[in-house]
Amino acid sequence: MRHDIVIIGGGPAGLAAAISAREAGVEDVLILEREQELGGILNQCIHNGFGLHTFQEELTGPEYAARYIEKAQALGIPAQLGATVIDLAREDGVLTVTCVSRQAGLQCIQAGAVVLCMGCRERPRGALNIPGCRPAGIFSAGTAQRLVNREGYLPGRKVVILGSGDIGLIMARRMTLEGAQVQCVAEIQPYSGGLKRNIVQCLDDYGIPLKLSHTVVDIRGKERVEGVTIAAVDDRMQPIPGTEEDIPCDTLLLSVGLIPENELSRQIGVEISPATNGPRVNESLETSIPGVFACGNVLHVHDLVDYVSEEAEQAGRNAARAVLGQSAETGREIPLSPTGAIRYTVPATLDPARMQETLTVRFRVKETVKSGQIRVLLDGKEVLRRNRPIMAPGEMEQAVLKKEWFTGTEQTLEVWAGPREGGNTNG
Amino acid sequence: MAEHELTCIGCPLGCALRVETDDTGAVVRVTGNTCKRGEDYGRREVTCPTRTVTSTVRVAGGKEPVVPVRTRTDIPKDRIFACMEAVRQAHIAAPVSIGDVVLHNVCGTGVDVIASKAVPARE
Ligand SMILES: Cc1cc2nc3c(=O)[nH]c(=O)nc-3n(C[C@H](O)[C@H](O)[C@H](O)COP(=O)(O)OP(=O)(O)OC[C@H]3O[C@@H](n4cnc5c(N)ncnc54)[C@H](O)[C@@H]3O)c2cc1C
Ligand code: SF4
Repeated sequence: MRHDIVIIGGGPAGLAAAISAREAGVEDVLILEREQELGGILNQCIHNGFGLHTFQEELTGPEYAARYIEKAQALGIPAQLGATVIDLAREDGVLTVTCVSRQAGLQCIQAGAVVLCMGCRERPRGALNIPGCRPAGIFSAGTAQRLVNREGYLPGRKVVILGSGDIGLIMARRMTLEGAQVQCVAEIQPYSGGLKRNIVQCLDDYGIPLKLSHTVVDIRGKERVEGVTIAAVDDRMQPIPGTEEDIPCDTLLLSVGLIPENELSRQIGVEISPATNGPRVNESLETSIPGVFACGNVLHVHDLVDYVSEEAEQAGRNAARAVLGQSAETGREIPLSPTGAIRYTVPATLDPARMQETLTVRFRVKETVKSGQIRVLLDGKEVLRRNRPIMAPGEMEQAVLKKEWFTGTEQTLEVWAGPREGGNTNG
Repeated sequence: MAEHELTCIGCPLGCALRVETDDTGAVVRVTGNTCKRGEDYGRREVTCPTRTVTSTVRVAGGKEPVVPVRTRTDIPKDRIFACMEAVRQAHIAAPVSIGDVVLHNVCGTGVDVIASKAVPARE
């Protein structure tokens, strides 16, 4: 079996990539999705707040997904459901996707191009290092979200949440509305990684305390959680003796971050960026393996689905160009150097010959910058300068580069963010 | 005279707002905001705060046990729990389409609760 473009994962990234590949002129596009329906993680994100950028209205996750699912169906793009991709290989320039499903068994599919859209998963609790036993009643926030929103099952009545990422905040509100008592949200950092809007509307609205610089130091209970001990931490994140507080609860939710799902990418030998835990990509969102593209949460963790869709459209279009033989011959790759407060940029390299008229570079800062500024320097010469009142690690930033800036001789491209003259940086 | 302290959600700056109201509850002054949006937000939050409520409702004969629902528009913040109580009592029969009305005029707010996902009937 052979398909021009195979899309791995049918979440918002996979759907947008498939649609744009088809619209760019590739007829033969196939989506492989391991779940029984399309839409990815959005199916369990029943809260509103999706699509403000794309549709100028506030949709819930399933509604946002439905817009793309309908479009893919209207275009007649085939999707195999219940199909898990287990291997990806490239031999003699041929990409082979191996996938298993109940209906079709084991299939080896050859592909002209592959777009990785596998999303991300939550950090496992084993990585957490909380001493004490492991009774029932400990869930990741995303698992709790699936239980409540998909299965209609409330996993506990008295809840403590560790970690103030958006999923934890959203679940604090959700479980409160379902009648549970959320005792507090403990966050080891001195600030929350969640959106302000979620802190106000999910915690403040319901009087749920947010305990910054606090962590869980003990979990009590044999069969089921009976309580946890939280303590304040010092600036090296070590618990401060004497600050312990016992909180009775039957459930502990962990909301401690997401990591891109890249087992498959590693199997094929795609180069992974240590800063993003996702593939290192060029301006076409192509990985270190030719013909393999990546977008969405598998590439780097996004907080806004609108940007996922945008990025995926770009990946789908570029995959189509590669298949149709429309990509320009590669010239030279200029590395993008993240400097100042910038932690990473996507893409990591840029080939001016292959670049479209404009290129959106997405990045995150490593610390909060007030009265900030973004600057782009080409061979040390400033080509872009933009002021930003505030940049925070929790919010993705972007800079739009123009092809017209490049003459073909440039050696260095630097993307910088930091405080303006008179501005300041703090942790 | 009363003072209310809140956090503006207009942007990540999250300005700490102080909203002063007079004896009739009317807003006299908003301070602490960096831009006009913060003032508007402060006034609205103190005089008539509203929220969209999202939850789930049991589905009879569906491929999935529950369907996500939402209020079509915002409702007054102090009606959230009343609305949730009504949503908890509600159920709907499959098949469900996006936009199907699950509850008309929930708790007299004039706002319908609608389905936000399609749930096909069980084969
Ligand atoms: C709890 C939560 C709350 C959020 N809240 C908001 C919000 O309020 N507003 C907002 O704009 N954004 C929000 N987001 C972000 C947004 O939903 C995500 O960024 C977006 O869904 C990512 O899309 P994706 O397609 O990359 O990944 P996903 O949606 O995770 O899709 C990946 C798909 O790939 C499939 N897959 C994975 N591996 C394989 C394999 N080996 N074979 C076949 N299929 C595979 C999965 O089953 C899944 O369907 C939230 C995210 C989460 C997790
Ligand atoms: S007042 Fe203006 S600057 Fe301050 S948080 Fe609100 S929107 Fe942002």
